[in-house]
This record gives sequence, C-alpha cells and structure tokens, in this order.
Amino acid sequence: MHVLVDLNRCESYGQCVFAAPDVFRFRGEESLEYDHVPDGASDAAVRRAALACPVQAITLGTPVEEAPLREVTCR
Amino acid sequence: MSASGAERVVIVGASLAGLRTAEALRRAGFAGRLTLIGDEPYEPYDRPPLSKSVLSGWLGTDRLLLPRTRDLHARWLLGVPATGLDLEAKHVRLADGRAVGFDRVVLATGASARPWPEPFQGALHGVHVLRGRDDADRLRAHLAELAGTGARLLVIGGGFTGSEVASSGRDMGLSVTVTQRGSAPLAGALGGFVGSVIGERQRAHGVDLRLRTTVHSLVDDGSGRLRGARLCDGELLDARVAVVAMGSVRATGWLRGSGLVADERGVSCDAACRALGADGIVVGGVYAVGDVARWRHPGFDADPVSFEHWGNALAQAETVAHNIMSDDVRQNDALPAFWSDQFGMNIKAVGMPGIADQVVLTQGSFEHGPFVAAYGLAGVTIGAVAVNSPRVLDGYAAMITERAPFPPAVNAADGPDCPVAGEAGIPRPATEPAGPAAASPLTAPAIVREGQP
Ligand SMILES: Cc1cc2nc3c(=O)[nH]c(=O)nc-3n(C[C@H](O)[C@H](O)[C@H](O)COP(=O)(O)OP(=O)(O)OC[C@H]3O[C@@H](n4cnc5c(N)ncnc54)[C@H](O)[C@@H]3O)c2cc1C
Ligand code: SF4
Repeated sequence: MHVLVDLNRCESYGQCVFAAPDVFRFRGEESLEYDHVPDGASDAAVRRAALACPVQAITLGTPVEEAPLREVTCR
Repeated sequence: MSASGAERVVIVGASLAGLRTAEALRRAGFAGRLTLIGDEPYEPYDRPPLSKSVLSGWLGTDRLLLPRTRDLHARWLLGVPATGLDLEAKHVRLADGRAVGFDRVVLATGASARPWPEPFQGALHGVHVLRGRDDADRLRAHLAELAGTGARLLVIGGGFTGSEVASSGRDMGLSVTVTQRGSAPLAGALGGFVGSVIGERQRAHGVDLRLRTTVHSLVDDGSGRLRGARLCDGELLDARVAVVAMGSVRATGWLRGSGLVADERGVSCDAACRALGADGIVVGGVYAVGDVARWRHPGFDADPVSFEHWGNALAQAETVAHNIMSDDVRQNDALPAFWSDQFGMNIKAVGMPGIADQVVLTQGSFEHGPFVAAYGLAGVTIGAVAVNSPRVLDGYAAMITERAPFPPAVNAADGPDCPVAGEAGIPRPATEPAGPAAASPLTAPAIVREGQP
C-alpha cells in the first residue's frame, strides 16, 4: 500500500501518528512526515489512520497494475 | 472516447502532475489510449520530502513512490526523454527515435534545478543541485560523510529549497552558510518583511546567513574537488560541499520549434491549462500542467507565472482532465497554497503573498513562537502565511476568495492590540533582480555572478 498526505490540507491533528506511529510522525511541533511506502505489516494501521484523519488529507493506493518500469501496453 | 473526440492522449512528464492527470482522465471516463512518457527511470515519486525527510536521513528515496489509486491501463515509456513536439503531424518525438501519435497532448515536464552558470565550477566534486531522486541520494551521501567533522555546507540561494537544505544540514550537525543575494531569505515568495523574521529564526538555529551576498566563483582544490567559494566581497569561504539552490528552469527545451510560446519561465497557457500560440490564441489539443505551466490566475491581478507548488499540480490535473473530456471549458481558480518545513517551523501559505505590497501581523508574534500574517495588494487581502499555525488558514482563504479589504478584520484572541501594516518588501525586478519567476516559492532570487567573462 502506498500513502500520500496532502500537506496543504493536513492540519497536524496527529490522529494518523496515533494510529500508525511507524508510518507517520511529527518533525518539530507541527510538521508531519511519513513513509510513502510502508511495510505491508502496517496496512491495517495505515487504513485506520486514513479513516481517522479529520480533514481527509490521506490518500491510499495499492499498485494494482504492474510496475511500469518497462513498456506495458494495454488495450 | 472523450466528449471532444480524443482517442489518444499522450502525457509527457511522468511525475506528480502527469500521474494525477492520467488518474483524473480515467476517473472522468476516458477510455482511449493513454501514454505516459517520462525521462526518469523511476515510477512517479514525491519530491517535497527530498529536501526534508530524505536529507535528514529518515526516508530513503525508494520510500517516496506516489500512490496509484486506480488501474491506469496506460502505456508507460519511462527512462526516455521526449525530444520534440510536432503539432502538424501530431506526434511526440522520443530520444530513441520513436514517434508517439496523439489527439491530445499534455505537457507535464516540470522544471529542473538552475545549474551553476560556470559549467567547470558546477561540475566540481562537492557541488550539488537538488531536484530529483539521484540528486538527493548523492547529496545525502556526501552530507552523511561530512557529518560530525565540523565541515561547512554552503547553500547558494535562500529560497525554500535552499532553506530546507540548510535546515537538514544543521540537523546533521554541519556548520551551514547560506548566501542570499537579496535582503532576506524567502523574500521572493513571502516578501522581505516576513523573510527577515524567518531569517532571524534561521540564525537562531545556527545558520550563518549572508544577506546581500553573491558567490563570485566556486574554487577548485587543484584536484577537481570543491575547496570553497569566493564571495562578492572577496572573502574565500571554506566549504567541501555546496548546494546550488538558485531556483529552477522550466523543462521546455524539448518544445523548441513546436510553435508554442515556451521558455525557461514555462509554457504559456490560459487558466484552463490550454497552451497558447504566439498570437495569444489557444492551440487546440495541447495542455500544460504543473510546474511547467505559466499562466495568469483569474483571481489575482498579477503577471503570468508558473506556480511551482505541489498543490498546483493537483488542481491543474483535474482541470486538464475535465477540459479534455468535456466541451465546457473550466478555468482553474483554486486558491494557490503551499507549505515548507524548516528549522522546526511549519510554514503554510495561501493566495499570492509574492505579489503583495503590504503585510500585517494578525496572530501570534514575530519575535517568537507561532504567527500568522496577512498580505494585501492595493487594499485587498490577497494572501496569508502561517508559521506553526496549521489550523487557521481556512478562514484566511475565505477572506482572500471574497477579496476582503486589507488589512482584514481578524480579531483573533491571539492577535495584536493594534495591527500595523507595513511594506511587504517583495523584491521588484527594477530594484532587485529576482529572476523571472520571483512569485514562485521555490525560486531563490537569481544569483548573478559579477565579473563573469
Ligand atoms: C526539493 C524539493 C522540495 C519541494 N518542496 C515543496 C514543498 O514543501 N511544498 C510545495 O508545495 N512544493 C514543493 N516542491 C514543489 C513540487 O515538488 C513541485 O511543484 C511538483 O513536483 C511539480 O510536479 P510536476 O509534475 O509539475 O513537475 P516535476 O515533479 O518536475 O516532474 C516533471 C517530470 O517530467 C520529466 N521530464 C522533464 N523533461 C522531460 C522530457 N523532455 N521528456 C520526458 N520527461 C521529462 C522530469 O524528469 C520529471 O520526472 C518541492 C520541489 C523540490 C524539488
Ligand atoms: S491525521 Fe490528518 S490532519 Fe492529522 S496529522 Fe495526520 S494527515 Fe494531518
């Protein structure tokens, strides 16, 4: 699972840090930083974090297609 | 097929803006052939952490991949640059000789770091720029090598990228000197007044901040390594590592001869992200998105600029997808917003503080702790910046959208008793050459080397 936080929207409430402390953390008082590619073991915690975010700043993605590092032609 | 009949959409530039456009197109129901062309040999990744979490050592550059929220069913051509655009033949030429045909083309090639103007000096071992993964890996490795040796990091340019690099350098225990041509760091984006406030806080974190200072030349130690920098006042500053953070140049070289209006300031387009020809008329089927797009925001009385902010790429991607899929042309009027994290400060801004004439403290204190300042232009509130106050900006955003009078009536509990507006101190080209994209937060005022042949 891949994670993206819209840091314009994030208001540093910290719910995500509480839900998934291995993935999200504060640097300084108000600056959120996070691992975009957390370990699969954190998936459930990351989903909880995304649900808990009061401003819905967290987007989750699962690479469903093949990694596009070679030419992939569909359709 | 889209409402406008496009069967084949080609997106050039496979990073934030390109990926987001692709996702938005599929979300909007585009069922035709979609091709993404990117010169980096990586899946799309996120750049803002490069100068922050990556340099400080918390995240590797392999931990920045951008999530893909849906199957794109796209053809990905990664690791190959586009070298030309032929609007007659309707194809994009690639460096490997291939041509990729399109009905609609989206230009999303972003920008690259402005290189040091003297190539031999710029190629010295120890001289870095920071724009992509490889840059960050090299710089991180070099800084880690020097950490704890008391070595000096020289940062040339006190814009956002330079300031964030300086912050990470201090975190690693390096001694850090920042040279800034203008009178304050971040002045191009936030004005000299607020820039000075932030500059004082940078100094309090141990940065040797040299204002109104340019670097005359980078000096070789005789073996191709950086030994130091000759400053404009003649001082030879010792430094083993230097980061050239003099802003960026938009990646438009590949568009030469295409007939589009494109230079290092970006691709000229309208607020609907449609590229404009030399006559100022929309060129059908060509869109620009993200850092590479240069446009006039409909909400502000400002010159066209490229908004080199992460949020702009997101907003424009939606606009482009809409305008490809529908005949009703939508302008992007989302309020510009950006953030920066440095020296324990979370800096968030909305609107266009970079074009203001006045600024006023509305909450907190410039001396210490959190603060919020509002910006005005000709009596109208046009921007706000919040330092360590990430929860207040929605209210300011509403005032900016409503074109509230300046100074705005905020009346916050933590506001000053009698707010006094002052000069914002935005560098004007006439008085202080700030580079072509002075309104961009990531553009440090251009450093012009004196005495260059
Ligand atoms: C170090 C750093 C820190 C930043 N921090 C912040 C921040 O804190 N807040 C904020 O709001 N913004 C920040 N930004 C800005 C933000 O990252 C950009 O606005 C965003 O990346 C723009 O996305 P883009 O897709 O338009 O351009 P880019 O991300 O530059 O992507 C363009 C892509 O096109 C590729 N390309 C170029 N030429 C060609 C060609 N001829 N053919 C094929 N591909 C090509 C490039 O290699 C690149 O992959 C930061 C940027 C950097 C570099
Ligand atoms: S929960 Fe949401 S608002 Fe709070 S810190 Fe995390 S991302 Fe930001």
